[in-house]
Amino acid sequence: MYPENFRYTKEHEWVAAVGDAGTIGITDHAQQELGDIVYVDLPKAGTHIEQGKSLGSVESVKAVSDVYSPVSGEVTEINQTLAEKPEILNSDPHGAAWLVKIKLSAPAELAGLMSAAEYEAYIGAEK
Amino acid sequence: MRYLPKSDFERREMLGACGVSQPEELFAHLPEAARLGRPLNLAPGISEYEIVQYFRDRAAENGNGFACFLGAGVYNHYRPVLVDTVVSRGEFLTSYTPYQAEIAQGTLTTIFEFQTMICQLTGMDVANASMYDGSTAVPEAAMMAVRATGKGRVLVARSVHPEYREVLLTYAKNQGMPVEEFGYDPETGTLDLEDLERKMDDFTAAVIVQTPNFFGIADQVKEAARIAHGRGALLVVVFTEAVSLGILEPPAEADIVAGELQSFAISPSYGGPYAGIIATREKYIRQMPGRLVGQSVDSRGNRAFCLTLATREQHIRREKATSNICTNQALIALMATVFMTVYGKQGLRELAEQNLAKAHYLAGKVKPRFSGPFFNEFVVKVGAVEDLNKQLLKKKIIGGLPLGRFYPELADSVLLCATEMTRRADMDVVADTILRAATPTEVTA
Amino acid sequence: MINKVRPHLSQNELLVFERSSPGKKAYQLPELDVPAVDAAEALGAANVRAEIEGFPEISEVEAIRHFTRLSTWNYAIDYGMYPLGSCTMKYNPRINEVVARTEALAWAHPYQPAALAQGSMAVMAQLEAALAEITGMDAVTLQPAAGAHGELTGILLIRALLEKRGNPRKKILIPDSAHGTNPATAAIAGYAVQNIPSSATGVLDVSALAQIVDKDVAALMVTNPNTLGVFEENIIQAAEILHKKGAMLYMDGANMNALVGIARPGDFGVDVMHLNLHKTFSTPHGGGGPGAGPVAVKKVLEPFLPAPRLKRTGKKWAWDYNRKRSIGRVKAYYGNFGVLVRALAYILAHGGPGLRNATVDAVLNAVYIRKRLEAYYDLPYSQANMHEVVFSDHRQAKLGVHTGDIAKRLIDYGFHPYTVSFPLIVHGALMIEPTETEGKHEIDQFIEAMISIAQEIETDPQLVKTAPHGTRTSRVDEVTAARKPVLRWKPA
Ligand SMILES: Cc1ncc(COP(=O)(O)O)c(C=O)c1O
Repeated sequence: MYPENFRYTKEHEWVAAVGDAGTIGITDHAQQELGDIVYVDLPKAGTHIEQGKSLGSVESVKAVSDVYSPVSGEVTEINQTLAEKPEILNSDPHGAAWLVKIKLSAPAELAGLMSAAEYEAYIGAEK
Repeated sequence: MRYLPKSDFERREMLGACGVSQPEELFAHLPEAARLGRPLNLAPGISEYEIVQYFRDRAAENGNGFACFLGAGVYNHYRPVLVDTVVSRGEFLTSYTPYQAEIAQGTLTTIFEFQTMICQLTGMDVANASMYDGSTAVPEAAMMAVRATGKGRVLVARSVHPEYREVLLTYAKNQGMPVEEFGYDPETGTLDLEDLERKMDDFTAAVIVQTPNFFGIADQVKEAARIAHGRGALLVVVFTEAVSLGILEPPAEADIVAGELQSFAISPSYGGPYAGIIATREKYIRQMPGRLVGQSVDSRGNRAFCLTLATREQHIRREKATSNICTNQALIALMATVFMTVYGKQGLRELAEQNLAKAHYLAGKVKPRFSGPFFNEFVVKVGAVEDLNKQLLKKKIIGGLPLGRFYPELADSVLLCATEMTRRADMDVVADTILRAATPTEVTA
Repeated sequence: MINKVRPHLSQNELLVFERSSPGKKAYQLPELDVPAVDAAEALGAANVRAEIEGFPEISEVEAIRHFTRLSTWNYAIDYGMYPLGSCTMKYNPRINEVVARTEALAWAHPYQPAALAQGSMAVMAQLEAALAEITGMDAVTLQPAAGAHGELTGILLIRALLEKRGNPRKKILIPDSAHGTNPATAAIAGYAVQNIPSSATGVLDVSALAQIVDKDVAALMVTNPNTLGVFEENIIQAAEILHKKGAMLYMDGANMNALVGIARPGDFGVDVMHLNLHKTFSTPHGGGGPGAGPVAVKKVLEPFLPAPRLKRTGKKWAWDYNRKRSIGRVKAYYGNFGVLVRALAYILAHGGPGLRNATVDAVLNAVYIRKRLEAYYDLPYSQANMHEVVFSDHRQAKLGVHTGDIAKRLIDYGFHPYTVSFPLIVHGALMIEPTETEGKHEIDQFIEAMISIAQEIETDPQLVKTAPHGTRTSRVDEVTAARKPVLRWKPA
């Protein structure tokens, strides 16, 4: 379920990094909690984001959820598909529905995030 | 009491079921110090007949049977009978906000029609389900522009309704939103575009103008748009006289339109309730305040409507909401919807033409102070304003609005309004009285 | 072709635009008694618009049928019980509609000379006085247009007073059970919001409050009774804590229907509050508005009230604009006068004793519903409730049925649903407010319906999850509406 090569946050975001090139998204657990996602608000490419700060938000019909960046860095690309098809966040949160690509400014931050196993244990306990 | 449906017998039964013998026990958990240990100091209840009489007596203390030349944001237009017929239906009158779409399609459909008609009238892409009134729509539009541009300052024309500007200041004061005014041309009564250009800067989020402006003049929306857009600000166009939209070019260059629909079959009612609107471009939808109705389908595939994009609103986004508005003016917006339906495409045009004709008839007799093109109101320099209005009152006429209170430089002038309801004979009396009261140079120069 | 394919008593109805056809009219204007004017000449050709594309063109008969048919797609208080918690959907007396249309009141222009508006002003003065007596406060402004607008007015008043004392302070405390307008208002008034958790019993935690209140706190905004329908038993202590630190107590008066004639906010430490005349004082909701949100204050705040203020000079009423410390206007003119007339008519009809009786019946109805439904629905907070009762769907959710589903099924039983999913501190809330204008018969039927639904959930949860079944419109797809917003009609 939760890819081994991702790192996870307590706020239910994931980041996949190769060197300083990262991809950020929200977890399957997060999309389930939100229900049908209707809108995604993302920053512009070029924006500098700090770890733990809001990088955008995800909306269902009756809720808004901030997305907190798992790592610091500069946004290099945003997922344009989400504007037209927010529903893919429900169907493929760990794949096609990534939110932003980011150039990590402090890759060491990754070490402080959870592994897939740790995250699964965490959401298990949260329930 | 006639609004309480229970008999004493039923009341006792219910108390018994609650394990309570005296009604007072229902309140026993309230701290003693918080309780009112005496009856309210209000007279005992009265009958329906006495209530009618009470309000008839109050009405008799108001002016009765006067012809009225006041406009200034509130207009005397005829209210088609169908309007009250429709809004008196219990299904519209006694329902709540249409949260449960399955049993609120009546309200939802009429709001969808309302939103559509406002777009058709204003040339905007989307309109909300109503604001409290025009005056509060203005600060809401300004706050919307601040969010959309990321800038903070607001420039507002002095020819915007003075009380609307006061409301804007009240809202802006605590939000770090500096508001500055720019002037009008003393010859034409239209925007002082040079003053606007001078005061523009790159921190300006919104330029706010009104058309027809407070002096009744069709103002220079295109020019204001050019200046605002040139510095990355949004143009907010305000209207108070909605009937003008039957004949005047819609403010298509605006980014946000903030208006008042009182003219659409909403009685003056000493200042309210009226209905405000905010309409805008598609790209600013998510910055809009207030409720929106959208089209969808039900589970059987039939067209159906529901409240939508609610994540902008206070009940979901709380302190980050686009506005704190909750209750709006739905029933009043319905009045406007019925009005627009009754007059329709041709009727609104004809109505606007009659207003134009009446005001221009009156203006033909007393020279307007400004040269700009006007719709159904205009400013006249009359000299001793209060004397004139006193003379008119003796003839059962309420004269124009004395402008000194809002514009010290126009203390010698009144704002006169004529609508389709204004009779020629009364206009002749007004013109005559003005001409007699003034020295020739003041009026005809 | 058969058009009527949906279960409803009248013909199906299109949008007015789809019914339009060129040349149809529902109006007739009188002959002009002045010469016509050429629009292009008078306004300049560039200022004259083309025809309003798509605008309605239908006949009078079609117009009345259009709106009448649409109206029958609504549920309404006139149809039956409408137990929306926090909304106080009580009977709207029709006499109020009649008197609001009294000619010289309905047609009074806000700028007509004061000498010709004495009756309108007297109505406002009498309502101000009645509301001051009911709330135990010293002064009332009628300017705000609704509850949220009243909140803003009230918080601006607090800010103005604190500013005059030297420091407007930075934040407003708001319990997590509060209505969304409270935090939204605080933000517009330029304050940061600090949410404070309710105690385990769902009320203000005064010992926690004592820790939190410091020199940065401008006010606490509290709803009393709170959104659980529970009276804040420590309200007097809370006021003392705030006042000791120079902060103020704001009360959201949305729930005044539990208190009128029984307890007065002015007597339990409140400095400023709003009332919702469209809740407590029976003015109709009209499908979402209009309302009126008068604000009542203690003497210290009176100088800051919005201008103009009513003033008695000799035997006459006048508007006093000379109010140097006023926060300014919150609305053009003087308030939603037509709504004020209706509220005063309601107060006159009840009178002092009648208002208190109404409160007693409102509380009795809610307590009775609680007693009879306790066995079927989970009651997350067990404090004594007042005018409303909040259950949760805890038991039903285990079978996959949620508060929203139960609400939809209630429709099939002929009732409007209760308030769903509010307050936020109750997961899966069912918030029920019967009001005093429901008789025992209607309430018993409602209770039977709720019990029957609880049983259906045990035996046939799917039936409840797909409700309503008996309505012309079945469940509406809100997700598609939000994903692909269609907010206006366009020609095909
Ligand atoms: C507890 C509470 N506070 C505030 C409000 C807001 O009042 P209004 O809708 O009149 O703005 C409401 C009602 O919607 C409410 O229930």
